[in-house]
Amino acid sequence: MDLTPQFYELIKKASTDLAPDVEKALQEALEREEEGGSAKNVFASILENVRAAREAGTPICQDTGTLIFYIDHPHSARSDALKEMAEAAAVQATREYILRPNAVDPVTGKNSGNNIGRNVPYFHFHQWDEGHIRVRLMLKGGGSENVGIQYKLPDVSLGAGRDLMGVRKLVVDAVTRAQGFGCAPGIIGVGIGGDRITSFMLSKELFFRRLGSQNEDPALNDLENELYENLNKLGIGPMGFGGKTTVLGVYIGAQHRHPATYFVSISYMCWAYRRKMMTVKGSEVTYAD
Amino acid sequence: MPTSLTTPISEQDIRKLKLGETVELNGIMVTARDMAHKCMVEEHPDFIREYLKEGLIYHCGPVVKKENGGWSFVAAGPTTSTREEPYQADVIREYTVRGVIGKGGMGDRTLEGLQEVGAVYFHTIGGLGTLLAQCAKKVLTVFKLEDFGSPEAFWVIEVEKFPAVVTMDAHGNSLHREILEKSQAIAKTLYS
Repeated sequence: MDLTPQFYELIKKASTDLAPDVEKALQEALEREEEGGSAKNVFASILENVRAAREAGTPICQDTGTLIFYIDHPHSARSDALKEMAEAAAVQATREYILRPNAVDPVTGKNSGNNIGRNVPYFHFHQWDEGHIRVRLMLKGGGSENVGIQYKLPDVSLGAGRDLMGVRKLVVDAVTRAQGFGCAPGIIGVGIGGDRITSFMLSKELFFRRLGSQNEDPALNDLENELYENLNKLGIGPMGFGGKTTVLGVYIGAQHRHPATYFVSISYMCWAYRRKMMTVKGSEVTYAD
Repeated sequence: MPTSLTTPISEQDIRKLKLGETVELNGIMVTARDMAHKCMVEEHPDFIREYLKEGLIYHCGPVVKKENGGWSFVAAGPTTSTREEPYQADVIREYTVRGVIGKGGMGDRTLEGLQEVGAVYFHTIGGLGTLLAQCAKKVLTVFKLEDFGSPEAFWVIEVEKFPAVVTMDAHGNSLHREILEKSQAIAKTLYS
């Protein structure tokens, strides 16, 4: 079955239609700010833009990001065929101004013009025992990606040791460094443990959770809530203008580490938090946020 | 009410602007990001001079639609300005730019350049792709489209009522520096 039109629809939804949990969090942030202050104005404009993009079917943000696909598929579905369809859909979405051409060859400096390049889009394939295909798509903006950071504990300059107190200090440092550069209020993905690669991978895949969702690990859930409260005391506010909401959410994941290493990777998602999911069961295709 | 400014903007009008003042920009704006800034500093191109004189630079890599032989902006919010920090002050001096528009603010070198020439930094809201594109009423011309690709090209546009806030003025003040210092002080009190 050719799923190119369905992949196209998935990309279009991700680029133009912000998820309800994110819109609700932005609305609540607006309500918390002082009447007439610039933070309140920023949130009002953000929400107006979200609605205008949905209505017009145009990108929420002109940086339509890097396309990152996470595809779980049964044995019967071939990953190379799925990749081809997803790429064809990305080319079409670029041609139709749903995506900005965002793939630049670092050697020649040339933009490929169609969002296709070496490792672009990026695919995480996973074969599973379920009978259906699940495609999760994240559009990750460049500005927010630039403020992501990887630390290793201990960190002497921050007085951070190899424990969860050390992790807390790193998260505060990362968000303070990010200021408004990553389009605050951000969503913070924290990957604890693993090696350098898996640590960042974990921090990023957490963005498929919904805002307000509980962490399955009670200790990490408490830590998420605590950091959410504390980070919002920093006063950085939307776009770094100052205000009560600096982050919309904190997600934390942990995985075993080598005894000698203690990596903590922090990924930053901008307020234009674009993710969508598609499920393919036989000929039935459904979309979700 | 926001202060309305139309290009060409005089030095006198720019020096009156205060931190936190909201403005509506009208007239000509030139999009320029990393490749364009590098080009302006290294090659001093003359093709962009008339559009920048007492004018506005917009840190933006737009989504642009080609139709009926012309162009229109589909999504056009700001990009992170700090990447242009190595170039910005020189560009402001070379082309007598009066306003730099972007997001996230800029550093001390730019702040000095703004003060010296008589220019300000206008902050607009990151992610407002659709809304800000609606302020771009017309695409007048484009330079370096083939060489740089669409996001990095110099797009010369005409805007109406483009909303922004002054966050770095022409007198050496920066809201970004204030917020940074305050938040760093608070960060030190958490988990200390």
